[in-house]
Amino acid sequence: MNSVFVICEIDEGKVADVSLELMTKGRSLANQLNCKLEALVLGHKLKGIEKELYPYGADVVHIGDDERLDPYTTLPFTSIIVNLFEKEKPQIALLGASTFGRDLGPRVSSALVSGLTADCTSLEIGPHEDKKAGKTYENLLYQIRPAFGGNIVATIINPDCRPQMATVREGVMKKEIYDANYKGKVNNLDVDKILKPEDLVVKVIERHMEKSKVNIKNSSIIVAGGYGVGSKENFAQLQELAEVLGGEVGASRAAVDAGFAEHDRQIGQTGVTVRPKLYIACGISGQIQHTAGMEESSMIIAINNDPNAPINKIADYAITGDVGEVVPKLIKFYKQNTK
Amino acid sequence: MGLKIVVLAKQVPDTRNVGKDAMKADGTVNRAALPAIFNPEDLNALEQALRLKDNYPGTEVTILTMGPGRAADVIREGLYRGADNGYLLTDRAFAGSDTLATSYAISCAIKKMEKCDLIIAGRQAIDGDTAQVGPQVAEKLGLPQVTYAEEVLSADKKKIVIKRRLERGVETVEMPLPGVITVNASAPDCRPRNTKLLMKFKHAKTITERQSESEDYIDLTADRPYLNIEEWSVNDIETDINWLGLSGSPTKVKKIENVVFQAKEAKRMTPADEEIDELMKELIANHTIG
Ligand SMILES: Cc1cc2nc3c(=O)[nH]c(=O)nc-3n(C[C@H](O)[C@H](O)[C@H](O)COP(=O)(O)OP(=O)(O)OC[C@H]3O[C@@H](n4cnc5c(N)ncnc54)[C@H](O)[C@@H]3O)c2cc1C
Ligand SMILES: Cc1cc2nc3c(=O)[nH]c(=O)nc-3n(C[C@H](O)[C@H](O)[C@H](O)COP(=O)(O)OP(=O)(O)OC[C@H]3O[C@@H](n4cnc5c(N)ncnc54)[C@H](O)[C@@H]3O)c2cc1C
Repeated sequence: MNSVFVICEIDEGKVADVSLELMTKGRSLANQLNCKLEALVLGHKLKGIEKELYPYGADVVHIGDDERLDPYTTLPFTSIIVNLFEKEKPQIALLGASTFGRDLGPRVSSALVSGLTADCTSLEIGPHEDKKAGKTYENLLYQIRPAFGGNIVATIINPDCRPQMATVREGVMKKEIYDANYKGKVNNLDVDKILKPEDLVVKVIERHMEKSKVNIKNSSIIVAGGYGVGSKENFAQLQELAEVLGGEVGASRAAVDAGFAEHDRQIGQTGVTVRPKLYIACGISGQIQHTAGMEESSMIIAINNDPNAPINKIADYAITGDVGEVVPKLIKFYKQNTK
Repeated sequence: MGLKIVVLAKQVPDTRNVGKDAMKADGTVNRAALPAIFNPEDLNALEQALRLKDNYPGTEVTILTMGPGRAADVIREGLYRGADNGYLLTDRAFAGSDTLATSYAISCAIKKMEKCDLIIAGRQAIDGDTAQVGPQVAEKLGLPQVTYAEEVLSADKKKIVIKRRLERGVETVEMPLPGVITVNASAPDCRPRNTKLLMKFKHAKTITERQSESEDYIDLTADRPYLNIEEWSVNDIETDINWLGLSGSPTKVKKIENVVFQAKEAKRMTPADEEIDELMKELIANHTIG
């Protein structure tokens, strides 16, 4: 059986989280399909990178190491991947729905004339019957994704073209070590032989990367504030609650736009997707674009002075009241009960 | 130094404002009740094209849209804001296209048009939400691409310098022309309609629209050719029919479920001390916190 591939992204010299999350998913798909899981890493100064991937169950790590592959540009990456995939003919290829994956994925799928499903929230294996053509298919990849602004969920399949390609956003799949002692092998790619001058026409002149500071994605408790929090100063109260509970502060887009919180704290469709154990939504109305990024939280407490706020529809506890009054009480009674 | 620019624009249902009136009794979305709008990021794309036109006299901005007849609205909207002309690509043969078949049809139309220097698309449409059409068009035309563009910093006939927005930073890249860029919502908003242009192009129509007017309609396009919105069917462009529509689409929709906004019953509380105290005890007891 042909392999499952994960096209990995390099972030500050390491394999990006989203790629490791996909390795975990890819491993379970490969086990189900009884095939190999292979990773593909392109970049520069990648010595030893395979060691980051083996514990996630990589049977083969293809490495293309060349200074022309750092920083990332579309065309050389596309050429190398298309070249490799034409030989290896993977049945499935996954990549992160990051700016990297959403730039590269469609280009590769167009060149290979394979389908590509964007921003999947779930990937499963299943059969399909095409009644019209009188054909049945076993072991297709069900690529499940929201569309239409999150108002519908579609199951997309790609019966006839290979690979079946899909992108998945960071934080959607779970990252889990498969076997700390797992060993695969390395396949070094002859980049020089593949790259042509016309692959190198786009030049990165300058790059300003900000180091990621906040890590709300991996936090099991999130205290999120919306426009209803009212000010940057009031957000400090949320910070205090988060610290007391051992969590992080998140925000709605309206709060970010208003300057109450930094951009990398934004939760929702255009922010990060989180699924903490506890989500406390303070002064957040609960628009679909926000809830799309947090509705899978195990427990949701909503604090809102409007008893009819939509957030209350998905909340486990709806406290009708003023954020400025309720948050200090949460801090106070938490402290009282844990003393 | 005039540039020839094609802006790709899609007419989309306004999925951002699925209000109560657009909800059916069963809690699912009534798509027919959503207004059809100019895809928001395609307006950001149009603005970048219009800025190039402001800076480089002789630049021509053409809107290209693929969709049903009513998608001509998108072209008119573009004309009101400063585009020079537009093409509507419309045919049943395109129905059911996934992003690959869409890109193929669009790339065939672009090949048919006068040679262009730059193609500008929005990053993403708000209905399909894939952000795939821009890069796929670029690949089909064998052109370089720059996605997530926020600002065109400079351009000449040979190359363009672009600032692009990544998750945690910005990048400045140089791309030779011709090429494709896709523009982010974080780019400047599109300028509003211009009243003079609105007057000028109010009666711009496709041939199908003119033919379906009432008998006393006076066709002005003979004297004012700019009032004709070019309409192309599959026969006006060169394509391989197997690559179009449903049959040219590798991805198939197996199943669609409407997200039902059901009311799960929340436990209602007030900020009274006893209630908050009780809640905290509960959360600690079941190990949610603490
Ligand atoms: C394409 C697109 C993508 C988007 N992506 C995202 C995204 O990723 N994340 C996101 O969050 N949004 C996103 N949005 C925006 C989203 O539609 C909403 O506008 C946003 O989530 C609203 O934020 P909010 O709930 O904080 O503000 P509001 O809707 O203004 O709600 C404020 C709430 O606070 C309550 N309130 C006011 N004062 C108090 C008080 N003193 N005490 C208690 N409650 C109070 C009010 O009753 C109200 O419910 C997106 C929109 C679009 C179109
Ligand atoms: C529920 C659902 C899920 C889908 N999922 C997928 C999927 O995962 N993969 C897939 O391949 N297809 C998918 N499709 C099909 C896809 O929505 C259509 O092919 C659509 O025509 C183009 O994709 P998009 O809306 O995502 O555009 P995007 O790729 O997001 O659009 C990017 C830009 O391309 C330009 N553009 C796009 N379409 C046009 C047009 N018709 N005319 C002019 N310019 C245009 C615009 O500038 C736009 O901003 C799905 C459709 C539905 C209904």
